[in-house]
Amino acid sequence: MGRTILFLLLATLTLLLLPGGARSAPEPPARLTARDNPNDSGHGILLEWEAPAGAESILAYEVFRLPWRPESEGPPHAPDTPDSVWIQVGTVPQVEDQRSLEYVDEDDERMLGTAVNQHFVPRNGSVYYRVRSLATDGTRSAFCPIVSGTAIGNWFHTQRVNALVIAIILGALMVYFIRKSAGGIKLYIRPIPGLAHIDEAVGRATEMGRPILFVLGTGTAGDIATLAAYTILARVARITAEYQTPVLVPVNDPVMMLMAQGTVKEAYLEAGRPDLYRPENIFYISAMQFPYVAAVNGLMLREKCATNFYMGVFHAESLLLAEAGSTTGAIQISGTDQVSQIPFFVAATDFTLIGEELYAASAYLSQDPKLIGPLKAQDFVKAAILLIALLGVLEATLLSSQWVRSLIEAH
Amino acid sequence: MDPTSAWGMVWRGIAALITLAIFSFLWRDNPVYKFIERLWVGVVTGYWTMLLYYTSFTDKVRVPIFEEGQWWYIFPSLLGVLMWFRLSKKYGYVSRYALAFYIGISTGVFIPLTIKTSILYQVQGTIRAIDPTWTGIMFGIAFLGILCSLSYFFFSKEHTGVLGVSSKIGIYTLMIGFGAGFGLTVMGRVALLVQRVIFLRDYGIDLLGGGL
Repeated sequence: MGRTILFLLLATLTLLLLPGGARSAPEPPARLTARDNPNDSGHGILLEWEAPAGAESILAYEVFRLPWRPESEGPPHAPDTPDSVWIQVGTVPQVEDQRSLEYVDEDDERMLGTAVNQHFVPRNGSVYYRVRSLATDGTRSAFCPIVSGTAIGNWFHTQRVNALVIAIILGALMVYFIRKSAGGIKLYIRPIPGLAHIDEAVGRATEMGRPILFVLGTGTAGDIATLAAYTILARVARITAEYQTPVLVPVNDPVMMLMAQGTVKEAYLEAGRPDLYRPENIFYISAMQFPYVAAVNGLMLREKCATNFYMGVFHAESLLLAEAGSTTGAIQISGTDQVSQIPFFVAATDFTLIGEELYAASAYLSQDPKLIGPLKAQDFVKAAILLIALLGVLEATLLSSQWVRSLIEAH
Repeated sequence: MDPTSAWGMVWRGIAALITLAIFSFLWRDNPVYKFIERLWVGVVTGYWTMLLYYTSFTDKVRVPIFEEGQWWYIFPSLLGVLMWFRLSKKYGYVSRYALAFYIGISTGVFIPLTIKTSILYQVQGTIRAIDPTWTGIMFGIAFLGILCSLSYFFFSKEHTGVLGVSSKIGIYTLMIGFGAGFGLTVMGRVALLVQRVIFLRDYGIDLLGGGL
């Protein structure tokens, strides 16, 4: 018994002392290479290396590079220049059994405020790298041999081929249906609830002798929902021109203001009442969300607008606007593609165009072949998506495979 | 600045008065609200003017072109200048070239992005096995809801027959989702209100020397 206890004590002592005594630096990573990171704008370098022998004792790898400096401050740093100081750009954990490791060094900002960004990866310029291993006991290996890589801008994103295929199919279908529609063939579009009430809402404002408020949201002029909203604005403006009812369009973006002015002006011209067009009724308020809301809410109360339209991209201001409008007793028609804001419009306005209905509305109102054709094409793509999802789920459930899913894998 | 110092109390007092002035809109439109509304818009306009000057003009025009010699930045800058033609009645049409470029670029950027995020990612996330577990059954119900909701957005076919039924289920599914989203966001808004009320309460306590 005594000998057993003595043996256990000695064994424990040996085990406790062993790590300290046997502590040695790990091996550096092997076969480090640096090459252009594919599918980017030319500010990324992909580093690849292999885990060395004894990788189970390695916690992570530390990646170092030579800093960038602008041309005006001298030639690029090279490993043999005396003033070169290596900077750490990343740490890559060693996952058990992982033999091949990689790290992408990417940074496209030349300056950080007024300071030079040393981590910037120049396009078509060489960057030098070295990597070392960090063991679980805190010791570090020597650096592996230095390598250099050059970042190049890529024109083609090879991992978005599936998106390209969808775009091509959709484009071809659009062209086909636009031609069909332009050729005089009537393409059916189902009535959209809410749109039928536009005339009624404008008529009500006319009867009451009050203006109409059209809010284009807080998106930008390039947003698809904003573009769709312009078509509805054109329709509303045309009716208001016929009824001689003023339409007020407060906007949060100068470009949107210019586009809205152009849209309304054109609508008044088409209605044969250019004399009624008032550019001052389409005005810029503020680019910031909540001051914009405060001003629009005040406008609703002071101008006593009889009808409010909210069409476009909306964020947290949706409920604030719709609720304030509701208290004034105005008829409210809304439409947005922002899923998180639709509930507020559904709750606080009289009619809501849900998501894609906003896009469809512009086609429905204009009856323009260029808008009806794409709508028809989208329906085909939607049917295809529905079918792919159904096939994918059936395949996953019945055959336990993921072939359909791998086809549409998005990177 | 120490919020309980004399200056701290003055600034907090201004913030508290502005908060109350904004809240007064709940009663009715009034001169105090009007004043604060205009003050807010004015302050923000000034702030944004300077912000845009530094983030747009300095960072995207002056520094790249004149300090870093990246002459190709001249082209977008010229497009920006074209926008000023809007001020001229005779040459106002010139600004449309800049707008056309802007819309074209935005659409080009958005289409691949939308295909990726709104189509591919969504379908990818939807495809999974319906197994005979509770989670599997719930996913099966959700999947049916997805299919029906999608059918609601078919515009080129009349919603009658099978499509009529599925689109009806679809709109109910959407409404359930909207209801959940509404509740979640309202909770967030209430939290914001509570935060503001706590600010007013703390200011009141500090103003009265902690006597409340």
